[in-house]
Amino acid sequence: MEWTRHLLIVPILLPLITGAALLLIDELRHTLKALLSLASTVLLLVTAIVLMRLADGVPGGSAALSSSYAVANWPAPFAIVLVLDRLSALMLTLTAVLALASLVFSTARWDRAGPHFHTLLQFLLMGLGGAFLTGDLFNLFVFFEVTLAASYGLLLHGSGAFRVRAGLHYIAINLAASLLFLIGVSLIYGTAGTLNMADLAVRLPNVPAEDQALLRAGVAILGTAFLVKAGLWPLCFWLPSAYMAAAAPVAAIFVVLTKVGTYVLLRLTLLLFGPETGDIAGFGGMVLLWGGMGTIAFATFGLLASQAMGRLAGYSVLISSGTLLAAVGIGDASVVSGALFYLVSSTLSVAALFMLIELVERAREPAADLLAVTMEAYGDESDKGEEHEDEEVGVAMPGALAILGISFGCAALLLAGLPPLSGFIAKFAMLTGMLNPDGLGAPAAIPGRIWLLVALVILSGLAALVAMMRSGIRIFWAPLEVIIPRVLVVEVAPIVALLALCMVLAVQGGAVLSYTDAAAQALHAPSSYIQSVLGAGHPPGVSR
Amino acid sequence: MELTLAIAIGVLTGSGVWLVLRPRTYQLVIGLSLLSYAVNLFIFSMGRLRVGAAPVLESGGAGNPADYADPIPQALVLTAIVIGFATTALLLVVLLVARGLTRNDHVDGREPN
Repeated sequence: MEWTRHLLIVPILLPLITGAALLLIDELRHTLKALLSLASTVLLLVTAIVLMRLADGVPGGSAALSSSYAVANWPAPFAIVLVLDRLSALMLTLTAVLALASLVFSTARWDRAGPHFHTLLQFLLMGLGGAFLTGDLFNLFVFFEVTLAASYGLLLHGSGAFRVRAGLHYIAINLAASLLFLIGVSLIYGTAGTLNMADLAVRLPNVPAEDQALLRAGVAILGTAFLVKAGLWPLCFWLPSAYMAAAAPVAAIFVVLTKVGTYVLLRLTLLLFGPETGDIAGFGGMVLLWGGMGTIAFATFGLLASQAMGRLAGYSVLISSGTLLAAVGIGDASVVSGALFYLVSSTLSVAALFMLIELVERAREPAADLLAVTMEAYGDESDKGEEHEDEEVGVAMPGALAILGISFGCAALLLAGLPPLSGFIAKFAMLTGMLNPDGLGAPAAIPGRIWLLVALVILSGLAALVAMMRSGIRIFWAPLEVIIPRVLVVEVAPIVALLALCMVLAVQGGAVLSYTDAAAQALHAPSSYIQSVLGAGHPPGVSR
Repeated sequence: MELTLAIAIGVLTGSGVWLVLRPRTYQLVIGLSLLSYAVNLFIFSMGRLRVGAAPVLESGGAGNPADYADPIPQALVLTAIVIGFATTALLLVVLLVARGLTRNDHVDGREPN
C-alpha cells in the first residue's frame, strides 16, 4: 500500500514531464516525439487501470472506497489533496483510452499539421488528470485552466480561417466562464472559509443563516461556470461549431472535455447537497433536470437539421451532455449508475464518430463536402481548402469502404441506443433507474417531468438514428461513382478499437454496471470520501 | 473603504460586460481584461478588508488570527492574475491571427450586412 499511494500523482506528473520534454525536441524528429508521447500515454492508461483496481478495492478485497494523497505533505484541510475514488478512476481511464486512440489516429498525419501537437496533448491530459483527482476547489480551477489553455492550442491546430474563428469564440466563452468560476470560488471561500471539498461538505451545514444566501449565490455562479463547459442549453451555442472546426483527433479528445464539467457537477452536488444535508439538499437539481431536458430537445433539433457530419457529431456531444446533466439533476443512485455507464459508452462512441467522419469525408467528392458546408448558416466561406491540401495519405487499405461502413453503422446503433451494443444497455439502465426510483418491483408514482425526460431520451435516440441513416445512405449507397477512400491502418485501428470497446462494455455489462453501481453508491454516501480526506492522518514519509 | 472598493468593482464589471458584448475583437479583449481586474479585486475582498494588518503570522507563538489579514485570498489572487494574464495573451494572439485571416476585426470574422 505504501508505494501505491504515490500512484495518485502519476496522472499529473507523467504528462507534465513528457510534455515539457517534448518541447525540447526538434519538430523535425516527429517519429521520436510521437513514440515518446505514445509511450507516456500507454503508461498513463496502465496507471489509470491500476488506480481503478485500487479504487475498486481489489488488492485487499476490502471496501477501500477512496484514498487521498497530500501533495505537499501538509495535513488535509490546509493544503491541496488529491482524492481517488471509483468515479475519478473511471474518468481517468476513459480519458487515457481516448487519448491513446486519438494519438494513434493523429500519427497518420495530423500531428505534423502544426507545431507542438504532442506537447499540447500531454498538457491537456495533465489538466484532465488533475481535474479528476483534485480535492480542492481552487486547485480544480488551476487544472481547468491548464486543460483549457492546452485545448485552445489544440483547437487551433492545423490553422485555417474557420478554425481561428471558431477558436476565437471558444476562447472568449471559456475566459468569461473562468471568471464566473473565480467569483463562485471566492464567494464560497468568503462564506464557508475553506476550499477543500471534503471540509466544505462538513462546514456547509454550519454556515450562519445570514450568509446562506451569499453561499448559495456562490455555488450557483460556480455551477454556471461548469454548465458552460458541460454545454447546458442555453449556454451551449459555441459547442457544435468549435467541435466541428477542430481536427478529427482533437475533436475526439475534446469529447471528454464536456464530461469534466459534468463530472464536477456530479461530484459537488452529491458531496455538498446530498440527501443528508438538511434544507440545502438537492440544491440546483431542478435546474440541471430542466436544463438537461432543454439541452436534449435543442440538440435533437440540431441533429436533424445538420448537414455537415461534423456538426452532427457536435450535436451528439450535446445530447450526451444533456442526458447526463438531467440524470445528475435527478440524483438517484440507480439513475447515476446508469448515467455513468452512459457517460463511458457515449464518450467512446462519439469520439469514434469524430474520427470516422474524417475518413468518410475522403470517400466523398470534395465538392459535395463543400456544398454541405456552404449550406450551413455559420460557415459560408470556402474554409475547407486547408484540410484537403496535404492529402499525403499512404497506401489505401483494401476493403476500406466496407470497414468504414460497418463502423458507421455501429456508431449509429450506439448513438441511437439500439441493441445489441452498449448504447442500449446504458439507456436501459438509466431509464430503469428513472422509472423505478424505489427499486424493481416497488411501484411508485412517477412525476410528469420524469416521463418527459424518458420521452426526450428515447426521441433523441430516434433522431440520432434518423440523422445517421440519412448521412449513411448519402455517403455509402447513393453515390454513382464510388471513390475508394485512401485510409491507413493506424487511422482505422483506433476507431475499430473504440467501437470494440463499446462491444466489450455491452458483453461485460454486468461487471461494468456493478462498478458504476458501487461508484454511485459511494457518491451518495459522501462520509467515506470526507473521512478519507480529513481523517487520513499523516501521509507516508512523516514519522511522527 | 468598503464603498470605494464596491464601486470600483461594480464600475469595472459594468464596463467589462458592456465591452464583452461589443462586436469588435479589441473591445472583447479589453472587456475581458476589465472583468478579470474586477474579479481579482472581488477575490481579494472576500478575505475581508483590513488596513495595516500583516498576512503572515510572526515567528514564535501562534498569535491571534483576528489581528492578521487572511493570506489565502491574496495567494488566490496571485494565481488568478498569472492565469488570467497568460490566457489573455493567448487570446490576443488569436485575435491577431483572426485579423490577418479574415481581414477585419469583427468577432464573427465578417461584417453584418
